[in-house]
Amino acid sequence: MVVQNIFFWVLAVAMVLAAIGVVRSPNIVHSALYLVVVMAGAAAQYILLAAEFVAWVQVIIYIGAVIILFLFGIMLTRAPMGGDTNLDNDQRWQAAVVSVFLAGVLGTLLIQEFGKKEIAISGAKGEQLLHIGKAANLADSIFTAYVVPFEVVSILLLAALVGAVVIARRD
Amino acid sequence: MTLALEIGWGTTLAIKTLIVLMIIPLGALILGYTFLLKMMSHMQSRLGPMDPGGFHGWFQLVGDGIKFLQKEDIMPDEADRRVFALAPAIVVISTFLIFLVIPTGPRLVVQHLDVGVFYALAVSSLSVVGVLMAGWASANKFALIGALRAAAQLIAYELPLLLAVVGVVIQAGTMNLNGIVIAQANGSIFGMDFFGNPFILTQIVGFVLFLIAAQAELTQTPFDMPVAESELVAGYMVEYTGFRFLFFFIGEFGTAFAFAALAATLYLGGYAIPGVNGGLADLLGPIVLFVKLMAVAFFMFWVRFTYPRLREDQLQAIAWKYLIPIGLLNIIATAIIKVAVP
Repeated sequence: MVVQNIFFWVLAVAMVLAAIGVVRSPNIVHSALYLVVVMAGAAAQYILLAAEFVAWVQVIIYIGAVIILFLFGIMLTRAPMGGDTNLDNDQRWQAAVVSVFLAGVLGTLLIQEFGKKEIAISGAKGEQLLHIGKAANLADSIFTAYVVPFEVVSILLLAALVGAVVIARRD
Repeated sequence: MTLALEIGWGTTLAIKTLIVLMIIPLGALILGYTFLLKMMSHMQSRLGPMDPGGFHGWFQLVGDGIKFLQKEDIMPDEADRRVFALAPAIVVISTFLIFLVIPTGPRLVVQHLDVGVFYALAVSSLSVVGVLMAGWASANKFALIGALRAAAQLIAYELPLLLAVVGVVIQAGTMNLNGIVIAQANGSIFGMDFFGNPFILTQIVGFVLFLIAAQAELTQTPFDMPVAESELVAGYMVEYTGFRFLFFFIGEFGTAFAFAALAATLYLGGYAIPGVNGGLADLLGPIVLFVKLMAVAFFMFWVRFTYPRLREDQLQAIAWKYLIPIGLLNIIATAIIKVAVP
């Protein structure tokens, strides 16, 4: 067993426990804080996969901005001190079905696609893997091979932004 | 002149961790002593910190330290105990992580990262989580308002900070901090290359943006609304005493130290001085970086002790209406010049 595998399992268990904390916690602020752990775990997994740049993007976007906005929104509107038991509702069975279905689909896809593949982490192939993860190579692929999808996503986000401003403005 | 020592990676890791752990309180104390206690006292005629111990009140810092350590550890009844206790630690960890990539010599760096400067800015944004946790867990209106102000401010000023740095990255062609230092040391400006090309000359707009945004990220006056003592008592720190408060204090000044070091590395040539190479550069590097860092810190604290506090809406207007557009224009201009003048 290689070191990466051990770290993968440690991180995976921590992420699953934190994810259970997100849905089980009676306090909405605690849920958001558990989500920080899940996001940080995902970033750590990216590092294990030699995708260094993506890992730090995960940290700055998800922990540094998205969760901060979550917390900001929660605290600005209602920041319950102590336990808040109103979070539960009677949709838990539907939610469970959807989660199991999604986990099944994603799991099957991943196993079918990557189940038999060995990822080389040392030697020439490992060097190549490290090379692919470098920010410069990522930028090269985004702005050459994937430039059209990249621009489409940019326009989609811009449209969403303009739409949000239009909905939010009073006049 | 090389220092050849064969040690295993475990020992190396332990030594590196120990050094960084020591640098944070040390840097915080140096800044706190030189600027907060001495420079401010001179500038604002504060007599208190100039008195203890005789010569220039050198004993003041020791006295403050003892005072903090013997204070009672108070936690409000309504506080969320675990979150309350964890918050200062997260702020300090965020500071700790920044120091991992700042090079103090060609080989004197904890970890060479391909994405160095991006990493530094990413981990510095983690402190907001700690600040929000502190403000909410304190169960105090003033603390909550302070935390919300801090979050709004830190998110707004992260953008100009990143945009300012992008100019440097384009010019250097790398995000690795060591690579940025080397690019400055080997560069030339208008055909002169005897002192390299410190990016403060070509990236002066970025440097000013960086300093303004860093001032806001550090919640220093004129951007100190999150801890505004005349409005919010002490903002998100209001319920913290003794050792826990000391953590926030160390986090604040340690981060100031880290940002000053980042600014010195990105814009003032970092550890490099002209004509010094090899082992000697490793030896002199920390001293050179420290001198440059103190110059930047002097400027930052000079502003802090001089200007009054802005209003909350003015703060947001500066970030979104001025700093971010200027930052974008700076990136476009840098990119065009980079392509036009190879």
